Amino acid sequence: MTNSTADKLGQSQLGTSRVNRGLAEMLKGGVIMDVVNADQAKIAEDAGAVAVMALERVPADIRSQGGVARMSDPDLIDGIIEAVSIPVMAKARIGHFVEAQILQSLKVDFIDESEVLSPADYANHIDKWNFSVPFVCGATNLGEALRRISEGAAMIRSKGEAGTGDVSEATRHIRTILGEINALKGRSRDELYVAAKELQAPYDLVREVAESGRLPVVLFTAGGVATPADAAMMMQLGADGVFVGSGVFKSGNPVERAAAIVKATTFYEDADVIAQASRGLGEAMVGINVSDLPAPHRLSERGW
Amino acid sequence: MAGSTTPTVGVLALQGDFREHIGVLRSLGADAIPVKRPEELARVSGLVIPGGESSVMDKLSRLFGLAEPLKAAVASGMPMYGTCAGLIMLADTLLDAINGQQTLGGFDLVVRRNAFGSQLDSFETDLDVPVLGEPPMHAMFIRAPVVESVGPRATVLASLDDGRVVAVKQDNLLGTSFHPEITGDTRFHQYFLDRVAAA
Repeated sequence: MTNSTADKLGQSQLGTSRVNRGLAEMLKGGVIMDVVNADQAKIAEDAGAVAVMALERVPADIRSQGGVARMSDPDLIDGIIEAVSIPVMAKARIGHFVEAQILQSLKVDFIDESEVLSPADYANHIDKWNFSVPFVCGATNLGEALRRISEGAAMIRSKGEAGTGDVSEATRHIRTILGEINALKGRSRDELYVAAKELQAPYDLVREVAESGRLPVVLFTAGGVATPADAAMMMQLGADGVFVGSGVFKSGNPVERAAAIVKATTFYEDADVIAQASRGLGEAMVGINVSDLPAPHRLSERGW
Repeated sequence: MAGSTTPTVGVLALQGDFREHIGVLRSLGADAIPVKRPEELARVSGLVIPGGESSVMDKLSRLFGLAEPLKAAVASGMPMYGTCAGLIMLADTLLDAINGQQTLGGFDLVVRRNAFGSQLDSFETDLDVPVLGEPPMHAMFIRAPVVESVGPRATVLASLDDGRVVAVKQDNLLGTSFHPEITGDTRFHQYFLDRVAAA
């Protein structure tokens, strides 16, 4: 076998921002599914999930059971990593940098600093630049997305309202973020200083978004996606991919539903495929209308 | 045929970073289209299989009737370039696949999926690629595969310092473990387009 690189070239660098944002690029067009144990992770992988998200309880159960929701037990995360070969993500509480340190030590592929869990710090998010593993964070608008990116997030997901099966907040958040990006296009430099002030986001990031017309990282949608049609709608609105939480494992037929959501996410512009994928899935998760949720129970309002 | 129109090339668009590949190919003057369906595959003279999750691409390509036309295209000698998951899709033999995962095959290789470990082991480095000349290519390895063994029909184009093979060719097939589509180095894409033009 040839070995033409005996002479040393540049040093290899691990955990760079480019490598971490790059992993998010590879997930595009895919579905990331919430799982609480290895069995669910296996089902998700077999159904065509592009990654799985480990958490202690799916959002619908966090809602119904109440109490403090935290990072999963390391044994469960180990079991999930052992069970599948697609990337494994896991959730840490907002601001809980020690949960994040643990997740990095467990060698998860991505950490979700998530409003779905109970926040650990009501003032600060995790300084994500301190970690080698990439982070995904939720956002309801462009300013929030850019603040997370300035803290080191390698991927953004619009928040939606997790555990409801009501897609209306997911729609609102992805429309808001993409609408605010569009509104920056063509603005002059002096106007961008004002835009940065109004968005409460760093000027350099605001300028980068204005010039490129997109976020500097991948943007997925989450929170309330329960059907193939929901997933396809998010893709048509401009999401790079979809997170499905309670929508799969709180439905009547998780195996079929998971595979159907994967199909609809790839063929999101083809109504015939989405129609076919929507057949015979049994009951969708029992939903909660976001408008019926008292404001303190809205998870998307966590994080700032 | 001098003065003929540019051939159309495709990028498999079932999942992954296909937009980046389309962008690079168009920047080189190619007419590049996303390919999700057999009728789209029928329109192209060359195909890039992008980075992404190989197990998802495999599943969707079989579910939507694309796997057999893709295999036929490989067999007919259509130029193809696979990056990362795309290299996996083209390999004759795959190690560490998920249960039931298949490849299109055609490339006389044994490829190990996700060979470096978790995302913490993903890295970027400068890679000497003699066939492309100087300078070395800056390469990003993201939960990347490696070529474990190279059959007699395939040729090594680049290896890491430790000897692990990460770029290969065989007739009209080209494969890299890494992602030139996200580092802005267009030389492998040009190499692929040259094969398309010559085919």
